[in-house]
Amino acid sequence: MNSNRSVQIAYAIGLVLLLIAPSLIYPVLIMKVLCFALFACAFNLLLGYTGLLSFGHAVFLGSAAYITGHALKVWELPTLLGILVGTAGAAGLGWVIGSLAIRRQGIYFAMVTLALSQMVYFFFLQASFTGGEDGLQGVPRGTLFGLDLADDTNLYYLVVAIFVGAFWLIQRTIHSPFGQILKAIRENEPRAISLGYDVAKYKLLAFVLSAGLAGLAGATKTVVFKFATLTDAHWHTSGEVVLMTLLGGMGTVFGPVVGATVIVSLQNELADKVGSLVTVIMGVIFVVCVLAFRRGIVGESIALYKRMIGEKTR
Amino acid sequence: MKRKLLALTLSALLLPAAGSALAQAKGKISGDVVKIGVLTDMSGVYSDLGGQGSVVAAQMAIDDFKAKYKPTFKIELVSADHQNKADVGSNKIREWYDTQGVDMVTDVLNSAVALAVAKVTTEKNKIMLNAGAASTRITNEDCAPNNVVHYVYDTYALANGPGKAVTKLGKDTWFLLTADYAFGHSLEKDTTNAVIANGGKVVGNVRHPLNASDFSSFLLQAQASKAKVVGLANAGGDTINSIKAANEFGLTKNQTLVGLLTTVVDIHALGLQTTQGMMFTEGFYWNLNPETREWSRRFFAKHKKMPNMLPAGAYSAVTHYLKAVQATGTDDTATVMKKMKDTPINDFFAKNGKIRDDGRMVHDMLLVEVKKPSESKEPWDYYNIKQVIPGDQAFQPMAASRCPAVLAAKKK
Amino acid sequence: MTEIFGVPIQALAGQLMLGLVNGSFYAMLSLGLAVIFGMLNIINFAHGALYMMGAIFTWMFMEYLGIGYWWSLVLAPISVGLIGIAIERLLLQWLYKLDHLYGLLLTFGLALILEGFFRHLYGVAGQPYSIPDELSGAINLGFMFLPKYRAWIIVASLTVCLVTWYVIEKTRLGAYLRAATENPALTQAFGINVPLMVMLTYGFGVGLAGLAGVLAAPATQVGPLMGSNLIITVFAVVVIGGMGSILGSILTGLGLGLIEGLTKVFYPEASATVVFIIMAIVLMFRPAGLFGREK
Repeated sequence: MNSNRSVQIAYAIGLVLLLIAPSLIYPVLIMKVLCFALFACAFNLLLGYTGLLSFGHAVFLGSAAYITGHALKVWELPTLLGILVGTAGAAGLGWVIGSLAIRRQGIYFAMVTLALSQMVYFFFLQASFTGGEDGLQGVPRGTLFGLDLADDTNLYYLVVAIFVGAFWLIQRTIHSPFGQILKAIRENEPRAISLGYDVAKYKLLAFVLSAGLAGLAGATKTVVFKFATLTDAHWHTSGEVVLMTLLGGMGTVFGPVVGATVIVSLQNELADKVGSLVTVIMGVIFVVCVLAFRRGIVGESIALYKRMIGEKTR
Repeated sequence: MKRKLLALTLSALLLPAAGSALAQAKGKISGDVVKIGVLTDMSGVYSDLGGQGSVVAAQMAIDDFKAKYKPTFKIELVSADHQNKADVGSNKIREWYDTQGVDMVTDVLNSAVALAVAKVTTEKNKIMLNAGAASTRITNEDCAPNNVVHYVYDTYALANGPGKAVTKLGKDTWFLLTADYAFGHSLEKDTTNAVIANGGKVVGNVRHPLNASDFSSFLLQAQASKAKVVGLANAGGDTINSIKAANEFGLTKNQTLVGLLTTVVDIHALGLQTTQGMMFTEGFYWNLNPETREWSRRFFAKHKKMPNMLPAGAYSAVTHYLKAVQATGTDDTATVMKKMKDTPINDFFAKNGKIRDDGRMVHDMLLVEVKKPSESKEPWDYYNIKQVIPGDQAFQPMAASRCPAVLAAKKK
Repeated sequence: MTEIFGVPIQALAGQLMLGLVNGSFYAMLSLGLAVIFGMLNIINFAHGALYMMGAIFTWMFMEYLGIGYWWSLVLAPISVGLIGIAIERLLLQWLYKLDHLYGLLLTFGLALILEGFFRHLYGVAGQPYSIPDELSGAINLGFMFLPKYRAWIIVASLTVCLVTWYVIEKTRLGAYLRAATENPALTQAFGINVPLMVMLTYGFGVGLAGLAGVLAAPATQVGPLMGSNLIITVFAVVVIGGMGSILGSILTGLGLGLIEGLTKVFYPEASATVVFIIMAIVLMFRPAGLFGREK
């Protein structure tokens, strides 16, 4: 009960912060953070709650970004519909990649997703509709219910709504019977099989859901920035989302959000200061997290909090 | 202590007033500071082209300008690494324009970032003098002639120059090795057009993936084609590896290699032994005349590398901009832009350079041939200048422009 | 002249030869990955970065110490191996009790650090390294002029691969190694120092990557990014072959090199993706890989 209420309080604080944030911080930056936070949450659904490490998740972010960009710019669809089309496209791609990848487990799964995403990356590089390395530029933001989304504030509240909605969906999934089965698979796959669950089907479903949500993040990102580029689909971005989740705390509700916030602001700040050492710093964070900080910022904080109030940790 | 504080407050109150009074007399400069941003790739694949070198060059331009023209306004430089990510670049540039009062941005390597930054620049009505990115889209489909100038080079100039000049030298059959993405495709298209227009023939081509580690297979196909010229429509590591493999397979004995985006930095990385006899177009060569040598040696003292066309172009762009601000006494975008377009550019980088209506800065390009090791007299002495390609022939003619603003003007 | 699909057979043979050169690199790298995986249960993401270091060390030895190619051929892999041992002792050994995924994540971080560090030092354009005099020039094979250096790559890497296979499959040391892979606790009980073997295995595996780097140095530009693009392809090679068998890794590596070589002739646009496509097909019909056993 106690922890339940504190979670509720945390939600409330978070929501209030989100609503007043644009008057304090640059709205486009927060929107970027939200997109990556959603991306990381989607990834966390797979890694943290199903135990599947996909090393090619950027490809879903990227494909949705391109599809939405194309839908808004060339087909001139309304904004929301464009985002939906992109999300659906990413989910579809997730189904294809997922059905191949779940044939292997553990490390192989990671390698297969990485290799397949590299293949899709090459496709985006060569295809003409993506604009190759120039990127798909000049995507219109459009309007929503008569509101002009070119205005940062209007768009901001749309992005917040999308984020909150998706976040709620992820929470519901985790706490649903479906989510419980996923956790069972993570903890002990053979046992889940022996209990009669069609593990492959559940894994695939989780993969498609995660890919779709990652796609939603990518689609929203395109609307925010008005472009989609190859970076979105590159394996470096896949590495980044792993880092965000790991740093924030995988398998925790807020971990990915915290991780994404830290990494995005780090990238934004470091841009002027250290120049070429950005990659090294990311690498060091990775190593430190794996060696000494495996529960991530949120996980470690919770553990610390529990120790302080004298609760036994599991 | 108190008195000091009072004095400080007083001067803080008075100074801006005095400053703005001065500025008022000569027009307006926002915040009394002209702020120049260098947005570049400092860590990624393009960092050797521009990167820190462009920052050094921009700083030199500011220092030189201050020493020579004693401006009444302050000039500041900010720089950032966009990490080749369009979203990082576009975020940074928004922040610069909105909160830091940046007036002009230069370098902006990487076409994806440049196009994104150009959009923000237009939206915020600031100025971008692009010295780094290659895409012709910047002055065509995505042109914004009121805000964006493409200052140094583009894929058309790089392809057209050698395509025309080398073909005219009698090397009229070409084989093209193309990087299989938009950049390579546009180089391929422009080269092919130039070669055919000058009576040559493209006898074959092969498209290779980006970052292919092994080029021997493609070069064997080039060799088998018996073309007199093998054109490398690729960049960076791909070009370097192609040249290396070409050398190893003895292709350079009978065929001429033409790089379509090669700079002095690549030649330095590969060495003359490997690159001798290669031909390509570059917008600048440090060892061209006393003026370029003087500037380049100063640059070398600071950066430990000789400049290619990017830092040199960034220096020229910053200087041209500051002169326009000085002359008009304002940093208002429209006024400064008009002044820059009205004034021809004459410095060590460009002779009679001119900014056209589509935002393209036209200036002479150089067709160079890489020296034999025995001909090189000193480190970085790498080129024989085969031909100076006049600006109006080097760049895409206005008649072929796909820039909406230009097309609209034509209709009227 | 006889032709296949419009390509003269002689030219085709030449292209296959080049495919074999690339295959040799795949073979050496995937062999190293397989050896490490067998012993440590870790997929070494830093493999590409260590391959790159092999090449950079070769260049550094020449540039700063005047040490030539032949000595580098010995010294650079040993240096890389020693760095590998340091990595294993300082970092990896703390992860053995955890999920294998942490090993992947840690080595991914390492790859970023190494790549970023050398990029910071030397930029990305890379450094030139010339072919040693003894191996410059070309051999006339009748159907093509094969540069001697390319021939040397094939010979050297095949030799190394076969020796490795022999040591692991046919010698006493190899028997200990296989035993330790199968059941570390029991092997330890027989008085064999398993942690030492693990350490040496990792050192040896990355040493192979270093050696591949030395072999690559004169053939390509020596630069910090040379490993990261290769490693993903090698991962696909490993998935296709399955990591169960040493000989399997070698054969898969060579075979995929050949297939890639053919793609470069018939449909060069797909030469970057063909390995991944094959991987997808193999996954559909033989998920454990061509030579793998489902665990």
